[in-house]
Amino acid sequence: MENNKTAPKILVFSTEKISDPAIDLAGLLKKHYPATVYSIIVPCSSAVKPKWILHAFEQGFDGVFIAADGSDCPYSETCTENTGKIVTKTHEIMKQKGIEPSKLKMAAICSVCTDPFVKHMKTFAEALSA
Amino acid sequence: MKQKIGVYICQCGSNISDYVNVEEVAAQAEKIEGVALAKTTMFACADSTQKEIEEDIKSRQLDAIVVASCSPKLHLFTFRNVAIRAGLNPFNYVQVNVREQCSWAHSNNPKQATEKAIHLVIAGIERVKHSKALPAIKISADNAVLVVGAGVSGMRAAIELAKMGTEVVLIEKNHFVGGRVSQWNKLFITDETGQEVVARLYQEVKNHNKIKLFTGTELISKSGGVGNFDIQIQFTPRYVLTTCKPDWEKIQKAISLCPIEVDDDFNFGLTKRKAIYKNFPSELPHIPAIDIVNCNKCGECVKVCEEVDLEQQVEKLNFRVGAILLTTGADSYEPKKGEFAYQEIDNVITLQQFKRLIEISGKELLYHGKKIRNIAFIYCVGSRQQDGENKYCSRYCCTSVIHSAILVKEKYEGIFNFHFTRGVRTYGKQEILYNKAAKQGDIFLQSFEDSPTEVTSENGKTIVKINDILTANMEIEVEADLVVLVTGMVPRENTAISSLLKIPIGRDKFYNEVHPKLRPVETVIDGILIAGTCQSPKTIMESVNSALSAAAKANSLLRTGEIELEPTLAVIDKETCDWCDACAAVCPYDAIEKSEVNGKFVAQIAKANCKGCGMCLPVCPVNAIQLDGYTDVEMEGMISALVS
Ligand SMILES: Cc1cc2nc3c(=O)[nH]c(=O)nc-3n(C[C@H](O)[C@H](O)[C@H](O)COP(=O)(O)OP(=O)(O)OC[C@H]3O[C@@H](n4cnc5c(N)ncnc54)[C@H](O)[C@@H]3O)c2cc1C
Repeated sequence: MENNKTAPKILVFSTEKISDPAIDLAGLLKKHYPATVYSIIVPCSSAVKPKWILHAFEQGFDGVFIAADGSDCPYSETCTENTGKIVTKTHEIMKQKGIEPSKLKMAAICSVCTDPFVKHMKTFAEALSA
Repeated sequence: MKQKIGVYICQCGSNISDYVNVEEVAAQAEKIEGVALAKTTMFACADSTQKEIEEDIKSRQLDAIVVASCSPKLHLFTFRNVAIRAGLNPFNYVQVNVREQCSWAHSNNPKQATEKAIHLVIAGIERVKHSKALPAIKISADNAVLVVGAGVSGMRAAIELAKMGTEVVLIEKNHFVGGRVSQWNKLFITDETGQEVVARLYQEVKNHNKIKLFTGTELISKSGGVGNFDIQIQFTPRYVLTTCKPDWEKIQKAISLCPIEVDDDFNFGLTKRKAIYKNFPSELPHIPAIDIVNCNKCGECVKVCEEVDLEQQVEKLNFRVGAILLTTGADSYEPKKGEFAYQEIDNVITLQQFKRLIEISGKELLYHGKKIRNIAFIYCVGSRQQDGENKYCSRYCCTSVIHSAILVKEKYEGIFNFHFTRGVRTYGKQEILYNKAAKQGDIFLQSFEDSPTEVTSENGKTIVKINDILTANMEIEVEADLVVLVTGMVPRENTAISSLLKIPIGRDKFYNEVHPKLRPVETVIDGILIAGTCQSPKTIMESVNSALSAAAKANSLLRTGEIELEPTLAVIDKETCDWCDACAAVCPYDAIEKSEVNGKFVAQIAKANCKGCGMCLPVCPVNAIQLDGYTDVEMEGMISALVS
């Protein structure tokens, strides 16, 4: 997978205090995932605008993954619910635009969830290139 | 848009350059419109490089910089300070992570790592191009802290704050100080008594003129933010004059005359107490208190103790403080009915009850009149639950139970201790106690969580049974005179203060810090700190460590009398906004208000409350909200650059 030049490009929205540290930790531990995965940090996963996700697909990303704060969110207990609503709303718009909803995924990634992150990236990349 | 951007690609010794062709990255960056210079450097964080960047900013009149190096979690503030020193706004700087999320993550494929680094750096350039110079938000701050809870954590933090010159308002909900520790007699691992530790702290608190201690007191309202919290506290009277000189004989007389009897929480229901009470003679403050909820105001105590004043009124006081430190502690787990036969078989009690039982028992150890010889301790009750909610280890309990097993054997003859464990976690120096217990003849048995210890009653006898993995799963039975459930810690029911301060709660339901390792005593709410067992189960040493850390943090925040806030705030486009309430409804901090501008209602950001979380952004139906540093042009610019 790593050597495949046409590996799908995945945009990850990671969160400053929770999921981004897990992605950093994956690097520190040299746990490899496809190099076509790019992260952009946001303060909280409930802050991702559907507009940004759609922009990513328009520009050529094959998949978008929201590495959500889940129940660890330092801002709000309802974060998972809020992020879930963003995903549902974006899925609707994606359907209308003819974009396969499975190209947008969300999962809670805690600040030390390196293995789940790496696994998500590998399986998502495989699913997208299938 | 920025026109003169300086880009610095760090080799990080060879941590980055071993896998990423940094020269190639710099060459590609230099081609991007607006980039005035792109350099590689051995260590971007080195003093010499910092000076070089400062020089470049000044001599080349750079209007923005990008540093591609390690994670921003390490050096964001290093380079913000470089910018400030060179006269550039720190928010016209962007850090790109090409180490943790590039060279290290893709060390197996240098070619692709280089490609990724190029994209990441170009995305950083796009972001900085649209960056706005954000004004520093500075506010004046009161060098005063409200400490909530006068257990060991709260008192220790208060003393340290006062020593550093910070004014302290220390409030305690109960009429007596000390929290849980005053309930434990001898403590592991020093064998000092809890009462001694509490008395020492109390004396220091009372002796310091910078600490105002209020017992029977709770926080009832809070407004404002970090630096300037306006708080109101309310105290329930003791109904005994605080000027009274405590005469223990007189107090005991008053107590004996009181006709009311209620379950004694201090002894976890093992005994009864009166409406006028003091849990033990040396309890502090020395004056007794009246539990007014249960008092029938018969006046018997007044007859022998003229200091009793049943007319005292609830009072309120206002203060302004710069920060709030919560040290509200934890509760012990209360087993469910039937859990290891609790409340079904008479002689099944909890560890906290057992500790009090040893303390209050006389020459013989009796429970419900029966002499105790065989004691079965069942570990991890309410902790490390397979199916229940409490997945965590409560840390204190293995050591506490082993320590108690040693104490009970020292105090009473003919005791046999049987430990039904799930593995013993007497970490660090506490291991010494485990060795001591083993040497004194205690029997340690162990089971896995999928085959728990069973407690049954057979012909009036209490039988504890285990499949002991230490003896190849042999089924072992003990006839126990007393079963002690080694209960863990659970978050204290404290809804009023939790919702008043909107404290983030973690997965384990304890108060949540920003980061367990890097920012362990701060919450995401600026100026609200946590320490002790309200944050997670801890021993006294661990509680005090966190209390000292929180005291240092609070003092360093407030000591200059001025605070700088992160200026990343939500911004409303008043033209587009047509007040619908969606943003205000989702905001966890009451930071969005309805206001009228040119005859129409629009949303307005209360800057002191906005935490920059961005939750309001996606819910706006007309996209009227931007977050500084995460505006649509910045985010979409980065996204486009990543796939360019
Ligand atoms: C059975 C048992 C035995 C133990 N034995 C040992 C031992 O031998 N050695 C050891 O190191 N550790 C021991 N521990 C752990 C020890 O008790 C804790 O580490 C310690 O109590 C933590 O102190 P704290 O101040 O954080 O919390 P607490 O002791 O719980 O104190 C918190 C205080 O805050 C007050 N409070 C709560 N809510 C409010 C509010 N809203 N407003 C105002 N005040 C409020 C409470 O009334 C209380 O006084 C034991 C624990 C248990 C359960």
